[in-house]
Amino acid sequence: MRREIPMFITAVVGVVFVIQYFIPHWPFNQMNAWFSDWFSIISACAIWLGALNLMKISANKVYRKKKEWGYSAVIIACFAITVFIGFKGGESFREAGTGFDWIYRFAYIPLSATMFALLAFFVASASYRAFRARNFEATLLLLAAFFVMFGRVPVGDAVVGWFQNIGLPVPDAIMPSNIATWIMNVINAAGQRAIMIGIALGIVSTSLRIILGIERAHLGGD
Amino acid sequence: MEMSELIGIWLGAFLTLGIISFLYGDNPWYKLCEAIFVGSSAGYWFITLFWDNIYSKFYVGVTQDGNYMLLVGGVLGFLMLMRLISKIGWISRWPLAFVVGAIAGFYLINYFSSNVMYQVNATIMPLFGSGYGDPIFSASFGNVINKIIIAGGTFTGLVYFFFSKEHKGAFGATAKVGIWVIMLTFGASFGYTVMSRMSLLIGRMDFIFGDWLGLIK
Repeated sequence: MRREIPMFITAVVGVVFVIQYFIPHWPFNQMNAWFSDWFSIISACAIWLGALNLMKISANKVYRKKKEWGYSAVIIACFAITVFIGFKGGESFREAGTGFDWIYRFAYIPLSATMFALLAFFVASASYRAFRARNFEATLLLLAAFFVMFGRVPVGDAVVGWFQNIGLPVPDAIMPSNIATWIMNVINAAGQRAIMIGIALGIVSTSLRIILGIERAHLGGD
Repeated sequence: MEMSELIGIWLGAFLTLGIISFLYGDNPWYKLCEAIFVGSSAGYWFITLFWDNIYSKFYVGVTQDGNYMLLVGGVLGFLMLMRLISKIGWISRWPLAFVVGAIAGFYLINYFSSNVMYQVNATIMPLFGSGYGDPIFSASFGNVINKIIIAGGTFTGLVYFFFSKEHKGAFGATAKVGIWVIMLTFGASFGYTVMSRMSLLIGRMDFIFGDWLGLIK
């Protein structure tokens, strides 16, 4: 029963979501509305599960005084402070001037933006090591990356503009910004579409396997 | 400037520099900022989902709107939390099965519609016209070339991803062109990602030198 009931739930919910697309009438539209509401409630609980599990692991680390347990204590403290202020703020917790908004503006945004910005350095150093025009394909990758980056900064057009200013017959079409836009809108569009269609077909077939009960990995081992 | 704003800017600068300090190597300042990030992020989403979903949708829906069907979602959500108790953790498979089924059913149709049918529709455009319903020969020469490249690039890219047939002969040559298109796409995506990260970095530097140090007016 530990496997059969979940498989039955998956099949029913999946089939209802498919049918309501083709028959958006009672009872399927009603079931779709219920399922969508349930889905958002369960999703919230799934995020809660993740947060509570993090607290459980961190508390265990602090309790057992494991290596670097102090950082786990900071995690628990920051979580507790954010949650306390968020609950205290009530329904309007997000409004400007609230404590929660202060945490969001001065802690969450600086941390998340800097964390992603840090990747700029690692991507740059990784590309310096990895980018070698070893063969034709690698050269294409290198050229596309170069033109997109060069075309997105003002110095790109300024260099070509300088050649135009000294009288060289350089057409506007080969301005780095125009080349970057063309690569993004034409070549990149073609490649992205091929990848997107491939992924979508994979998702469709996997979804079908899940609904039919052929794919059961999400149910676990026992 | 208010005191809370001032303290906030100093805190933001402390955290920004703490994360950037990782460039020097893993250090206690970075680890502290990382722990603050993990704890506050978890708390942020915990609270946001509580007020947006559990309170506004579930609690208000049941107590004020009388929508008792939401109780089923509430029970399933509660069962999801049982994962924390190892002895009865298996029961969390029920809500998990619901989520997997909902996503599978939703994606089955929507991905096929938006990422297959719509993309094919956008790829196969009238060659000499600007768009569907426009007069013939209304497209510019550059437009015609671009449409050929998009249609050809998409087709060859798809051929490359077709591994049920050996890549030999004409099929292999088409797949080879597909690789070129894919490599150009990866290069463009890489360049675009680097520039977006640079943009974030510039934003943080603007905060440090402008808001905090006041060197940029």
